[in-house]
Amino acid sequence: MISLLIFIPVLGAVAAWLLRDNGQRPLILPVIATLHLIITLMLLVTTPPAALNGWILLDPLGKLVLLGVSILFLCLAVYSIGYLAYRKERSNRVLCMGLLLCLGAMSLVCVAQHLGLLWVAIETTTLTMAPLVYFNRNARSIEATWKYMMICSVGIALALLGLYFLAYATVVARLEPTLLLQPLVASAKALSPAWLNGAFIFLLVGFGTKIGLAPLHTWKPDAYGEAPGLVGALLAGGLVNCGFLGSCRIYQICSAAGSAGFCNAALMALGIISMIFAAVFVLKQADFKRLLAYSSVEHVGFMVIGLGFGKGAIYGTLFHLFNNGLTKGVLFLTAANIHRSYNSKRAENVRGVIDRLPWSGWLFMASLFAITGSPPFAPFLSEFMILENIFTGGSISLGFVIITLFAVIFIGMASTILPILTGRAGADNQDSGYRDGLLTVGPPVAMLILMTILGFWIPEPLRQILADATRLLTAAGGAP
Amino acid sequence: MNSFVDQLLVLVFLMNFIVLGTSRINIAIKVVAMQGMALGLVPALLHQFTLHLGLISAGMIAVKGFIIPWLLGRAIQSVGIKREDQPFLGYVPIMLIGAVATAFAFSFAEQLPLAPQHKGLLFVPAAIATLMTGCLMLVSRKKAISQVTGYLIMENGIFIFGLLLTEAMPVMVEAGALLDLLVGIFVMGIIINQISKEFSSIDTSRLTTLKE
Repeated sequence: MISLLIFIPVLGAVAAWLLRDNGQRPLILPVIATLHLIITLMLLVTTPPAALNGWILLDPLGKLVLLGVSILFLCLAVYSIGYLAYRKERSNRVLCMGLLLCLGAMSLVCVAQHLGLLWVAIETTTLTMAPLVYFNRNARSIEATWKYMMICSVGIALALLGLYFLAYATVVARLEPTLLLQPLVASAKALSPAWLNGAFIFLLVGFGTKIGLAPLHTWKPDAYGEAPGLVGALLAGGLVNCGFLGSCRIYQICSAAGSAGFCNAALMALGIISMIFAAVFVLKQADFKRLLAYSSVEHVGFMVIGLGFGKGAIYGTLFHLFNNGLTKGVLFLTAANIHRSYNSKRAENVRGVIDRLPWSGWLFMASLFAITGSPPFAPFLSEFMILENIFTGGSISLGFVIITLFAVIFIGMASTILPILTGRAGADNQDSGYRDGLLTVGPPVAMLILMTILGFWIPEPLRQILADATRLLTAAGGAP
Repeated sequence: MNSFVDQLLVLVFLMNFIVLGTSRINIAIKVVAMQGMALGLVPALLHQFTLHLGLISAGMIAVKGFIIPWLLGRAIQSVGIKREDQPFLGYVPIMLIGAVATAFAFSFAEQLPLAPQHKGLLFVPAAIATLMTGCLMLVSRKKAISQVTGYLIMENGIFIFGLLLTEAMPVMVEAGALLDLLVGIFVMGIIINQISKEFSSIDTSRLTTLKE
């Protein structure tokens, strides 16, 4: 059953490769995405036991990421039909194949319990996205693709070294060498602490590059800015979650080993640096797609702080991981609609979006408030949970620093985005003739509705997954 | 048998310096390929022959020794670049830094809490020195293709460390890592081609449109 999660998207990719008609090919995406979501939901109801000698298992952390990725991908798949109808002149074969292969690889990330397999799957997601960042085939996008490819490849290579260190920690401790998660967590206390910490640092740098923690984030604004909106949404809402899952896996071992103090300090330091970088660059950013990239740097930084703070903050962090992915989806898709209509993503060239594209305009406004943590949306709830724990946990100064950075970033984003939404488009604003349609607005609306519902009420099954996943990441539940 | 492995590792050290010191890109590609092949031999020599180790060796030699150099050779042919003209850092200084890094690798490896059976072996210093050579190539060279060779050297360095663990790494994971490397180089080759079309050069120092 779990294997279907990987094979169905791969079969879809083969079908996309074989199908010659550019107009029909995108229709494969929603079909595969729907099947994927159905299988995901069935797996959440009845979870099969570990398979392939314990290599494959859908644990609560995997469930959480898989659910988020699957919902996001279905929305992107529906959107892509509307989007690609505007890009008929260009072959979408590579785009469709890349998206589907990436879905397969992301599913593998969620179910992999062997860290070597996890690494291979994360590296595959990186590779499948490279041609997609280059979809627009111009000088700017080739530059973005090159940076993305080089920086992420080097980062992921360092993560592999981290995995070798982890395996070596078992050799030094005279244990059976393995990279399977369960035995590693079970024997975590016996592992050589020096090699375990070395492994953690290299894996944090490697996966940190992948999720775009500052100062390893330099590829992110370029890739998010130049890639088509739906690719940006998948990078910010799908690949980030997969990379974060990778970081959670090593955190599981470290927290079971009792070396959480060292790891937490490293996580919180990188998290704070990321939020500061984001705050500085958001303030002077006039390109609204790059602005979203810095917002992503901010949120991965915030989540890493939550993970590093540990204890009660972990529940909120995992909930925020889910919320951030879907809210980023709304932001990137609506930003892409605005970009399409005005032929520009510079704030000075865009005016009166609400007047011209009422749906996209209001959606962008709502998702701006959602991502910056305003009620009634779900990110508010998850940010509140984390901050509440930080304050009650005694780190009042840390809490104030985070709130200040949130405020700066809100001002930075709002001062760029609100002027482009209001007013009227003048003669100097280009008009490509694009107007909102059901296919390009429906998916972000669906995601925003979900974010609003979750802001009021977390359904019992999701609450259960979050609680189980939290237990995996806290020392008490980590060691059996 | 072990002395032969040691000789191969000494060869790996020397190859690091050849790559750092040459301006001719096709020589750098060939030397990196030979380095990959030399390392590919090690798993088969180190332990008793098993199917697992045989497959890893064969895969390494095929991918790093033949397919990747062929891909890169095709890329430089189509963009018509032969030399790295103006690296960010000259060849003499970079070789000196390489020498210091190698010395550092030896002294650092002695201080690592290695398992007793790995103490005093050349693997760990070779891994650190090769990794640092790769990093040096990445930061000191301008041409996209030289940066790719730097990435490959780095990968070789990581692989040397992995040689201490050949029994821990399942063949599927090794194969997956190798396949990802291959696809990665393939994609990089295509990007290099596109960069040369867009910018009529593969100097990555020209890629500055997106700077903040």
